[in-house]
Amino acid sequence: MTTTRTPAPTPGSPPGSPGTSTPAAPAAAPRPKAPPVVRVRDLRKRYGEKQAVAGIDLDIDPGEIVAVLGPNGAGKTTTVEILEGFRARDAGEVRVLGEDPATAGRGWRARLGVVAQDSRDQAELTVAESVRYTARYYPDPAEPDEVVAAVGLSAKAGARARSLSGGQRRRLDVALGIVGRPELLFLDEPTTGFDPQARRTFWDLVNRLRDGGTTILLTTHDLAEAAYLADRVAVVRDGEVVATGSPETLGGAQARVPQVSWTADGVQRSERTPAPTALVARLAATAAGTDGEITDLRVSRPTLEDVYLGLVGHDPSAAHRTEETS
Amino acid sequence: MTATTPTTIPRTSGGAHPDAPLPGVARLALVRAGAEVRQFWRERDAVVFVFAYPIIMLAIFSTVFGGENQGSAAAEVDFARYFLPGMIATGIMLTSFQSLAISIAVERDDGTLRRLRATPLPATSYFGGKILLTLATSLAQTAALLAVAAGLYDVPLPTDPGRWATFAWVFVLGTATGTICGVAFSSLPRSGRSASAVVTPVVLVLQFISGVFFAFYALPSWMQTVASVFPLKWIAQGMRSVFLPEDMVALEPSGSWQLPATAAVLVAWLLVGLVVGVRTFRWRRRDDG
Repeated sequence: MTTTRTPAPTPGSPPGSPGTSTPAAPAAAPRPKAPPVVRVRDLRKRYGEKQAVAGIDLDIDPGEIVAVLGPNGAGKTTTVEILEGFRARDAGEVRVLGEDPATAGRGWRARLGVVAQDSRDQAELTVAESVRYTARYYPDPAEPDEVVAAVGLSAKAGARARSLSGGQRRRLDVALGIVGRPELLFLDEPTTGFDPQARRTFWDLVNRLRDGGTTILLTTHDLAEAAYLADRVAVVRDGEVVATGSPETLGGAQARVPQVSWTADGVQRSERTPAPTALVARLAATAAGTDGEITDLRVSRPTLEDVYLGLVGHDPSAAHRTEETS
Repeated sequence: MTATTPTTIPRTSGGAHPDAPLPGVARLALVRAGAEVRQFWRERDAVVFVFAYPIIMLAIFSTVFGGENQGSAAAEVDFARYFLPGMIATGIMLTSFQSLAISIAVERDDGTLRRLRATPLPATSYFGGKILLTLATSLAQTAALLAVAAGLYDVPLPTDPGRWATFAWVFVLGTATGTICGVAFSSLPRSGRSASAVVTPVVLVLQFISGVFFAFYALPSWMQTVASVFPLKWIAQGMRSVFLPEDMVALEPSGSWQLPATAAVLVAWLLVGLVVGVRTFRWRRRDDG
């Protein structure tokens, strides 16, 4: 989708890793270079003693889905809330749709959509009423009934919000977030608590938004979700971006060396190698049993989750409690 | 979901007017008022408590004390007639101060305010919607109260236009002050769940010391002095000047209806509420940073 990278220092992650994989994401024609929808340079925010954001750089191009990943307390929510204009920053440069969120007005908000976590508001309004009222706040909204249909809630249009299931409520939130036809949509942990089928339905909805040209900033703890949806992921740790790249190349070639594991003489063994086929051939000659089989043979490539856990240090102390658990 | 679900959701579907003007502030206040009224009527418990409470109280007290007169040997009126002004004042306080202080605290807690803040809805339109809701509920509630008092308890309503003029300004100023103070007070409860626990006792205490449930002239003078600091006493007194016979003024501690002082105290609270409200209003929960 894009080859743009932030110039942030990414230790252990050499830029680019040519030839490791072909993108599985739907192919898109290269766009003419447009100004980024989001441009963040050296963003900083401190709460008392805690430096929540310690110099984040981030670019999001038009039409991209960018996932921001990171442990609780890494600074994701603070960063997103600064971009949404909900929180003031201490230092750094922030441009969202060409404006500074700290001073931007109604015209700017009309171009944004925000889907926050944990919504239970306006419970007494029906789905259709909520979407219709919200549409009135925008200068050029979509047709409310079409939006309700697009999120798959037509059958529930007359139901009060309080009667919806978790997944339906979340889709209502998305309907409210997109009815103003935003250029940029913020999705904050949108599928937490979904069953697998509801999650897949939701992903399809997000993909259809992207195909329609909406730029999306997604925060999530769900690595499979990031791998499925995002054109690019940015991993945040201790208030800094420690890596950015497509889900297929994140962490660089080094982080994606395949692993071959097998059992020999009752002992489990494993070896990381860029040439797993050669290793398996060698094992077939030396470690195979009388039936010619290698016991417990497995060749695996690190998943996005493996790469992510490597990047964030897989350190329990990194998951300390923060403002994100509200 | 359905076979008609489109495969993409185009951002520029429909008639694209990229330079369409933002909707006007006044029009959005009306849109918000529509949403507010709709939601208010669907919160059945709130409707019963805020809307019917003064009527139920009037009915109970007038039935229990029916036939007993209120006042002194020199000037006395039927109980229901004496009780009505206090109930009107209470109704104004409930629909303005109490319901706004609670509903805004709840809306802050459940994320309504945060969601609205993320849209191009101006803050002025949000408050405009609240004010229109308050006016609508106050008017409807007071009208119902007057109808019940006149129809069921034979309370004579004034015929003098001057009295209705007094009624009008005390009603409007009292509602405005209650609304503004309600917005300001909404920042005090820590959560939506604690909102009614924080707001209701304030209202209850004021009702007891401001001459709503007990005749104001019968209260200890220190209690009268404390009540004089707060708006409810003045709204109730202003309403007594409208609905009681002129000779009842002798029972007022000051010997007069003190209408200029009523206006001054209500305006003072309006201004204090405005300053405090502007400084303390938050779109997000307190624990939200």
